[in-house]
Amino acid sequence: MIIQARNISKQYRIGARQAAYSTLRESISGFVRAPLNRLRANRAAADNMIWALRDVSFHVEAGEVVGIIGRNGAGKSTLLKVLSRITEPTTGEIDLHGRVGSLLEVGTGFHPELTGRENIFLNGAILGMKRTEIAEKFDEIVAFAEVEKFVDTPVKHYSSGMYMRLAFSVAAHLEPEILLIDEVLAVGDAAFQKKCLGKMGDVAKQGRTVLFVSHNMTAIRSLCTRGIFLSSGQVSFQGTAAAAIDHYISELSSVQADEVDLSRTSRPHGAGETLQIASIRICSEDRRAVIRAGDPIDLELGFNVKRGVDEVAFGVAVSSQDNVNVVECRSSHHYGAISTLEPGEYSLRCRIDRNVLSPGIYSLSVGARSSRVFLDYVPGAITFEVYSDESLGSIWLEDVGGFIRLQSEWTEPVQVNKNGNASN
Amino acid sequence: MKGSMENSYSLPLQNAKEAQETDPFTVRIRPSRKWAAINLRDLWDYRELLYFLTWRDVKVRYKQTLLGAAWAVLQPLAAMIVFWLFFGKLAGIGSDGIPYPVFAYAGLMVWTFFSNALNNSGNSLVGNSNLITKVYFPRMIIPGAAVAAGLVDFAIAFLIMLVLMAGYRVPVTAAVLILPLPVLLTSLLALGIGLWMSALNVKYRDIRYALPFGIQLWMFATPIIYPMSLVPEKWRWLLKLNPMTGIVEAYRAALLGSTLDYSALAISAAMSLAILVFAAFEFRRMEKEFADVV
Repeated sequence: MIIQARNISKQYRIGARQAAYSTLRESISGFVRAPLNRLRANRAAADNMIWALRDVSFHVEAGEVVGIIGRNGAGKSTLLKVLSRITEPTTGEIDLHGRVGSLLEVGTGFHPELTGRENIFLNGAILGMKRTEIAEKFDEIVAFAEVEKFVDTPVKHYSSGMYMRLAFSVAAHLEPEILLIDEVLAVGDAAFQKKCLGKMGDVAKQGRTVLFVSHNMTAIRSLCTRGIFLSSGQVSFQGTAAAAIDHYISELSSVQADEVDLSRTSRPHGAGETLQIASIRICSEDRRAVIRAGDPIDLELGFNVKRGVDEVAFGVAVSSQDNVNVVECRSSHHYGAISTLEPGEYSLRCRIDRNVLSPGIYSLSVGARSSRVFLDYVPGAITFEVYSDESLGSIWLEDVGGFIRLQSEWTEPVQVNKNGNASN
Repeated sequence: MKGSMENSYSLPLQNAKEAQETDPFTVRIRPSRKWAAINLRDLWDYRELLYFLTWRDVKVRYKQTLLGAAWAVLQPLAAMIVFWLFFGKLAGIGSDGIPYPVFAYAGLMVWTFFSNALNNSGNSLVGNSNLITKVYFPRMIIPGAAVAAGLVDFAIAFLIMLVLMAGYRVPVTAAVLILPLPVLLTSLLALGIGLWMSALNVKYRDIRYALPFGIQLWMFATPIIYPMSLVPEKWRWLLKLNPMTGIVEAYRAALLGSTLDYSALAISAAMSLAILVFAAFEFRRMEKEFADVV
């Protein structure tokens, strides 16, 4: 057993810094301002405490790759922070039998003024590598990051892609017995993410113990041997990765979709002056927050018309996480333009019946226009997830190609020639 | 588990063989008691990080400045000229027979080192919050590196001291051999107070504003720009309770051949060590909240 966690709990103090101030304190704080507020935080009452983790117990055998999943705020990141000794548990204890490397962020400690070479050494040291070890791996790190020509350029001149590649590359060459990884793969473009996942797969194959927090169920399913599903700071399920994902999805799919307020969202200049799209909700038929691949998608728009307007059409555009425009739907395709809208509040529904989106996370932009004039546009108004129940097979990540799933029918292979290298 | 140990060539100590047998990497994480022990082993394991953070601080400090490392010299030199004009020339403050510029510069280079080390280490934890919330390492390394980086500037400023001594024909005596002692004590004192202030600063950002002001006042309570002889005999004991007094006097004794005040130096050494030990424990006590508060 390489990790054993027994009843770990972590309590955080939240908000409520504005406790009662004495008059003297008020006058002082007027002078010193914010800093003194922190003094008061100490006295915050117990009801301002929240448990980020509650009685979490689990153990991990050497060589296991464990996926930690759960909704935002379930305590996944807190758990990794406690395991990596960044913060102490409030109660409970953990035994770790091996060196721990934690990757809670890519490029921790990178300094923009330093060159690539200098940052490799600095970042490596911060992550716990020895100088000789970094020197030994230097060429490999640079090659993996594909920044050979720019090793001696300050990283502030790097493109963001180069920066991320270099930062990940240093981290990827860290080789502790226990590796803790927090969603570092959620960065960079699709190709880079693929490369990172590939590297992680290699790490897992080398028999290292990995704890991996991610929202990417495909990655969890293909990389992890075991899954721990956290819900409100407690271990809600632990078992095989696939079973943990099922539990997670059943929790997710029991969550009602929230309406997103768009009235204060920033938008291009001039948008929303005549007609403002005020809210949006995206949900499945039964109003759940995640949508099963193939199921219809329901949209609800709330909008305000400030001045009467003619010939209106609404549209939504779905884009992938790396900003590829996948598909657009317009009201005008269904019923032409809406002839007249008097000032007032309105709501509007749209159903996308034949949802052919591949499983993944998408963002939705929404807009409205009148015959010639554009009325409102909110880019990336809401994100939503399409998931699939089907087992995704063992060839990992090969299954995420493309955004659209089309029905295709395949015949059995038919042999047309007995000799493998004949013909021609 | 043995298997996974084998591919670890990153063991922090040379005795990797032995390490595999005794499994020294077993770490037990639990809520620490109020006073946590100072984990010297842990500090030693991370000594290379101290080096790299120091190196980063030095390297980055004068990037995109026109004058670069000359700033390390300009600070004490400019201060020396100002004080020379006002105190040495106009006010006619004596300097125990030593030319005032040499006398004042000796104090000012020390003070510049001390105050920069204190200021930088005091703000170091807050300035490196991105590291504190993302990676584990002994947090003392951060203020430690800030003090160490100050030593580099001090070394540069020291070269000007040598030039001034040559210019004013101040002979180098055997007393120069004790020079490492006040340098060590200045560093330890700055580290002690820096550790304490940096930890307090995480929780109470007031420190950021109070520190420069406090350092300024402290300078006038130290015989930097005036000699100890300026202070009436019956108050000198009070001046000696200031740990920087004995240290600055020791620098002058080493470089300028003034008489070494053993009692003042002993007080400084004792206080510096006491402050360092106290600060280290205070730091450890507050350390556990850093990542949550910073």
